Amino acid sequence: MEKLLVAQNVSKSFGNYKALNDISIEVPKGSIFGLLGPNGAGKTTFIRIINQITMPDTGEVILDGEPLQPEHIQHIGYLPEERGLYKSMKVGEQALYLAQLKGLSKQEAKKRLKYWFERLEIGDWWNKKIQELSKGMAQKIQFVVTVLHQPKLLIFDEPFSGFDPINANLIKDEILKLREDGATVIFSTHRMESVEEMCDHIALIHESNKILDGKLIDIKRAYKSNTYEVGLHTSDQEKVTAALHEKFEVFPASFKSINNELQYKIKVSEAASANDLVSYLTTQGELTHFVEVIPSANDIFIETVQNN
Amino acid sequence: MNHLSLIIKREYLNKVRNKSFIIMTFLSPLIMVGIFTLVAYLSQLNNDKERTVSILDESGLFIDQFENSQGLQYKMLTDISLSEAKTVAQESENYGLLYIPKTEDIEGLSKAITFYSEDSPSLIVMDDIEEAIEEKANALKLLEAGIDAQAIKELRIEIDTNLETFKGEETSKLGSGLKLAFGGAAGYLLFMFIIIYGNMIMRSVIEEKTSRIIEVIISSVKPVKLLLGKIFGTSLAGITQFLAWVILIGVLSTVVTSIFGIDPAAVPSPQQEMLESGSGEMENIFQDIMLEIGNLPLANLVIMFIFFFIGGYLLYASLYAAIGAAVDSETDTQQFMLPILMPLILAVYVGFFTVIDNPHGTVSQVFSYIPFTSPVVMLMRIPFGVPVWQQILSVVILFATFIGTVWFAAKIYRVGILMYGKKPSYKEIIKWLKY
Repeated sequence: MEKLLVAQNVSKSFGNYKALNDISIEVPKGSIFGLLGPNGAGKTTFIRIINQITMPDTGEVILDGEPLQPEHIQHIGYLPEERGLYKSMKVGEQALYLAQLKGLSKQEAKKRLKYWFERLEIGDWWNKKIQELSKGMAQKIQFVVTVLHQPKLLIFDEPFSGFDPINANLIKDEILKLREDGATVIFSTHRMESVEEMCDHIALIHESNKILDGKLIDIKRAYKSNTYEVGLHTSDQEKVTAALHEKFEVFPASFKSINNELQYKIKVSEAASANDLVSYLTTQGELTHFVEVIPSANDIFIETVQNN
Repeated sequence: MNHLSLIIKREYLNKVRNKSFIIMTFLSPLIMVGIFTLVAYLSQLNNDKERTVSILDESGLFIDQFENSQGLQYKMLTDISLSEAKTVAQESENYGLLYIPKTEDIEGLSKAITFYSEDSPSLIVMDDIEEAIEEKANALKLLEAGIDAQAIKELRIEIDTNLETFKGEETSKLGSGLKLAFGGAAGYLLFMFIIIYGNMIMRSVIEEKTSRIIEVIISSVKPVKLLLGKIFGTSLAGITQFLAWVILIGVLSTVVTSIFGIDPAAVPSPQQEMLESGSGEMENIFQDIMLEIGNLPLANLVIMFIFFFIGGYLLYASLYAAIGAAVDSETDTQQFMLPILMPLILAVYVGFFTVIDNPHGTVSQVFSYIPFTSPVVMLMRIPFGVPVWQQILSVVILFATFIGTVWFAAKIYRVGILMYGKKPSYKEIIKWLKY
């Protein structure tokens, strides 16, 4: 797949502290790319390098086939985690100013702002000052300003913080729509459910090193452990339990069910298939529940970070 | 529109539309003119008050010597004792009582005269009285020695030296004072401007940090551009305010003068009293002033004022911006302010003490090349005549240093604006330069 952004062997140190160590990442065009990692891992430094706020010590970043250069800022929209607006400035004036800094003409910026303000139903805020707005309202303005110049690459650092669930959902839909319209999104967050929901690629940075990256589906495949969650209805529970423990690695499980059944997670050997397990289980009783355990992004995150 | 002009425009409009900025622009001249008017009014009130001094002259030598003047009446007491005189003076609420005892000879008077009063008397009154007594005593002394006082007066020759430079320009003693006034005003103006508007830049950098907009902005523009835009935008706002002040003060003073008939310039000052003492010379002095102003290198002064003003202001402004970037709030700025204020204050001190004493001495010369003091010191030296090459050299050094400080400030700025939470030490800031 074509890559919009390629980072090659990017390293950055602040004094003696190595913030990024030889990071290489490829972001496919049109994807939503989750940049994950614990606090202080180096995500923000990496994002700042893409935005040319900081320069890498070594390594190169390529945007759409060209090495990163100052003109590229108009192709990037960045919503930083530490964000804010001039408090004493009026909403419309401020949005126009920020849009013009991104290279839009005043007329064009006005036209697009009108469209967005109507779309998000915030048209009557134009002459209000930021300090009169609530935090969530200011966040909406900030989102509009980030996407207004229709950048190829959108970078969102914790985009949902400060939004109520309704507005968070609204913003999520807008992000998905922007992707449909051709934008590529880099998405940094600690909310794993939104990673699960939105990202198709992820990279995991831990202590300045990249420890994992790829398609979310591929990663999940790699992390699955041939474990199945089963429910088994049987007349002699004790005997079956003993037999299961003898034959497989068995972990306790609990899921909602209307039957009074045995509930276990069962791990089978690499060589065995799901069918083998099913046919064995059917000899022991009535199979009421059978699901493959797929690791969640959360599980993968915790497991990889702890193992490193 | 390019980024720099966008930023300058925003900074300028943001400052100029700010409520407190507008209030200060109109209030400051009002307060200043108000205070001057009040002082002028009060001192007029004070002058109108009649003071009466009783005199008990036992020697009988000074009967006709004391002439009433404006605001000061003399009343001769006769045929009473000192203690009675004191009571009389006190009861009739006199300003004081001058007691001249009878002495054997005139020399004896020098220590014997006493002035009794409620509080310590004003120096001006005492000067008047002593002058009158001295005049009479000296005349008596001359008479005693058989010398004709009138003859001495007629024989006296007054010398008024004509001053001329080697190049043939006429000057006068007044000129030095005038030069100093011009240079001092220019230097002081710059000093004030730097402090007021340097602080304003610093605050606006801090504002961007605390409102957390900074990262949004610098993902669009280079920090250096933002820094320069801030400096220029704020400077323009500053110049606007300064001009508004000058115009408003001018207008207000004219209005006040014509309405109340009070001349704010009439606040008595020592120099003025000196000038007034010989009112016949006033016209001469006025002519001298005009001559001297004509003699000042005005064109030179104006051109250099512009250069040094811009250079000096930008130099300090970039440092103020760097401080703003390094800290989180205004309260944290103190430790970094001292190194900025020290050279500024030093410059003003050197200007007002050394340059007055010897405008072309080594100290004055050295400080007029050091970029952190040169704007003030050189501006004060120029009226006294500084070779053009020295001026140019000083300006070149100043602007070269400005480029250096902007580089330095931009480095600190680039790192500092993204640092939150902790107050950096000098050591850390030096480390930032290497990032």
